[in-house]
Amino acid sequence: MKEEIIIAGFGGQGVLSMGKILAYSGLMDDKEVTWMPSYGPEQRGGTANVTVILSDDKISSPVLDRYDVVIALNQQSLDKFAPKVKEGGMLIYDTNGIHKHPVREDIKIYPINAMEATLELGNSKAYNMVVMGALLEAMEYKLPMENVIKGLKKSLPERHHKLIPLNQQAIEKGRTLL
Amino acid sequence: MDINEIICEENKVYSKPELLDEVHMHYCPGCSHGVVHKLVAEVIAEMGLTDKTVGVSPVGCAVFAYNYIDVDWVEAAHGRAPAVATALSRLWPENVVFTYQGDGDMSAIGTAETIHAANRGENIVMIFVNNAIYGMTGGQMAPTTLVGQKTATTPYGRRVDLNGHPLEITNLMAILDGTCYVTRQSVHTPAAVRKTKACLKKAFENAIAKKGTSVVEVVSTCNSGWKMSPEKANKWMEENMFPKYPLGDLKNK
Amino acid sequence: MSEEVRLMKGNEAIAHAAIRYGCDGYFGYPITPQSEVLETLEELMPWETTGMVVLQAESEVAAINMVYGGAASGKAVMTSSSSPGVSLKQEGISYIAAASLPALILNVMRGGPGLGTIQPSQADYFQAVKGGGHGDYHLIVLAPSTVQEMVDFVGLGFDLAFKYCNPAMILADGIVGQMMEKVVLPEQRPRRTDEEVRQQCPWAANGRKDGRKRNIVTSLELESSRMEVINHELQARYREIEKNETRWEEIGVEDADYLLIAFGSIARICAKAQEMAAEKGVKVGIVRPITLWPFPTEAIAKAAEGKKGILVVELNAGQMIEDVRLAVHDRLPVEHFGRMGGIIPSPDEVLEALENKIINR
Repeated sequence: MKEEIIIAGFGGQGVLSMGKILAYSGLMDDKEVTWMPSYGPEQRGGTANVTVILSDDKISSPVLDRYDVVIALNQQSLDKFAPKVKEGGMLIYDTNGIHKHPVREDIKIYPINAMEATLELGNSKAYNMVVMGALLEAMEYKLPMENVIKGLKKSLPERHHKLIPLNQQAIEKGRTLL
Repeated sequence: MDINEIICEENKVYSKPELLDEVHMHYCPGCSHGVVHKLVAEVIAEMGLTDKTVGVSPVGCAVFAYNYIDVDWVEAAHGRAPAVATALSRLWPENVVFTYQGDGDMSAIGTAETIHAANRGENIVMIFVNNAIYGMTGGQMAPTTLVGQKTATTPYGRRVDLNGHPLEITNLMAILDGTCYVTRQSVHTPAAVRKTKACLKKAFENAIAKKGTSVVEVVSTCNSGWKMSPEKANKWMEENMFPKYPLGDLKNK
Repeated sequence: MSEEVRLMKGNEAIAHAAIRYGCDGYFGYPITPQSEVLETLEELMPWETTGMVVLQAESEVAAINMVYGGAASGKAVMTSSSSPGVSLKQEGISYIAAASLPALILNVMRGGPGLGTIQPSQADYFQAVKGGGHGDYHLIVLAPSTVQEMVDFVGLGFDLAFKYCNPAMILADGIVGQMMEKVVLPEQRPRRTDEEVRQQCPWAANGRKDGRKRNIVTSLELESSRMEVINHELQARYREIEKNETRWEEIGVEDADYLLIAFGSIARICAKAQEMAAEKGVKVGIVRPITLWPFPTEAIAKAAEGKKGILVVELNAGQMIEDVRLAVHDRLPVEHFGRMGGIIPSPDEVLEALENKIINR
């Protein structure tokens, strides 16, 4: 098993922390993991992105040019990374604010309306967990929910552990969006 | 009378401090450094600090201070003595750490380290020998060089429009909350020597009591650099240096 | 603290590793992309647990001189910075090397020259392995390619530094500093007691306990005949380090037709290119120098035997390639592929460069 994933969007969308929770969940599932952010202000045309790799085996490059899974959360990220999905790979993107949709026949494309789903939940901070729910559902690699919860516990500071049920709810909501 | 009859205990008026080594100092005759070294050596021995004192020597005339006073030493890069002393003191809080610096080391190249170590209130003693000139390198201008004073790099006298004003670094240190004791003394008369010794003792006591940074400036002569006889240099210091660098405590808390 | 599996950034891992090694003091000044080292240490407050001193200095210059002072007293001390800050530290590093002191310096390289960029780079190779500061000296230079190696090299770096009384440098890049990976943190080692420090470092300036002769730590010797002897002693030690401590990693070298040579995280990008090449039926081997000084000259010469060409991949304009060329002379083609200014090449680019510059040349 190896999943090479990039999550890209605006800085404030929780891209990096979603990547961290995903990576920690993989770690709790006994996988090798890497989490490589684009760091610093206004990287690569205003988007923040993070590459997460989950694998049974030792991971070579933490930096990639093509991905099994691309998650794009704004138009710039979609334009930039949609062409970088490997043949047979998958693209998940939030349709909110998107005016130019991707056209590729050789990959699976999952447009989701994560923003709307988040608003239904009533907590805008859970946005990235809604997106993560969609990812967990779409990925061929099935990450057990108990390990995702463990991952959440590891990545969130103790004082935020009371928010774990809300995050779990957001993930479950995201799973229904595909 | 035979010389050996004269050399006897009851005729002894002075003896070398036990921590001062049996070597010839490289200082010029008339230089103030020798006297300050003697005082530091006496104070350390009298306070029983020989086994817990570490000195930090500078770059400048006192670079070889480690050859003269029989305690552990670290020779620092130019101006960095307060940073070196910071680590020595923090990592060995039971020890007493002092820096011995000249005007170039403390008030030119090492200004940042000087100010910040003092501002952090490191429990160290900073001994500052201010002779208003760079002796080691051949008598160039120091930040403390007086206006009008001739040096190798101000051959027509220091000019404010070209070289700025003499820097009173000790006054700067006195306003910092980290310093507990800042004083300016001299060693050109027996009375001044005794006074300076008492000040050094107080500074070392402060370090032991963890009261913060103590600064002892010694306004000094450099008769070679000033191109004067030692006697004339003392007089010149009184007439020219003391008005700009008046003696006394700047802070004592 | 017992052994522990965690997910963390390379920079955070350095802080944890330093505490667990029993490091006595860290002195540093913030600079991107390595400020997490100091931030993590301040958050962990090791002065409350192991007694480790942590101090934010007023400058990189002050920080390295604090390291000089701490090392002179026999303590295990370190600093970290990134390229422009490491340039500022060079004077102090030269003094530490000249005074034969153990210390650990971390450089998380960013793109230069000048203030440059905060993105990853490997452009300080020359500075780290060829001197950096003034005079004939060498640092032991370790190049980590994983977050785990960031952890491991703190211990290795200190051990080598104390074994040879010589400063060691971890030469990392922004990638390994900023990425998170699984790490196994070692068990907490107790810091040495002052008595143990005195025994291990009888040369150290920490007070003339029990009336011992005074210790003087200095790099000054105005008498040329003695200064030359000191230089010879340093050089003899460097030969000893070259003999004992050269480290490197080889992946698939034996069956390969071509070699990729890279250090740090770039070697991992090369490993991906190697996998992609294998899918095309091209046999590529990798040599990853782990110690950049001492450089694995003989290992590279041996690995190059019977090969058709070498591509050296670096985040710079071609620095380590000089040492590779010296290792293999002109026996086979050696070319360079590099990106600069903070750009990280993709595995595809590396493979393409190998094809264009070596295979189809």
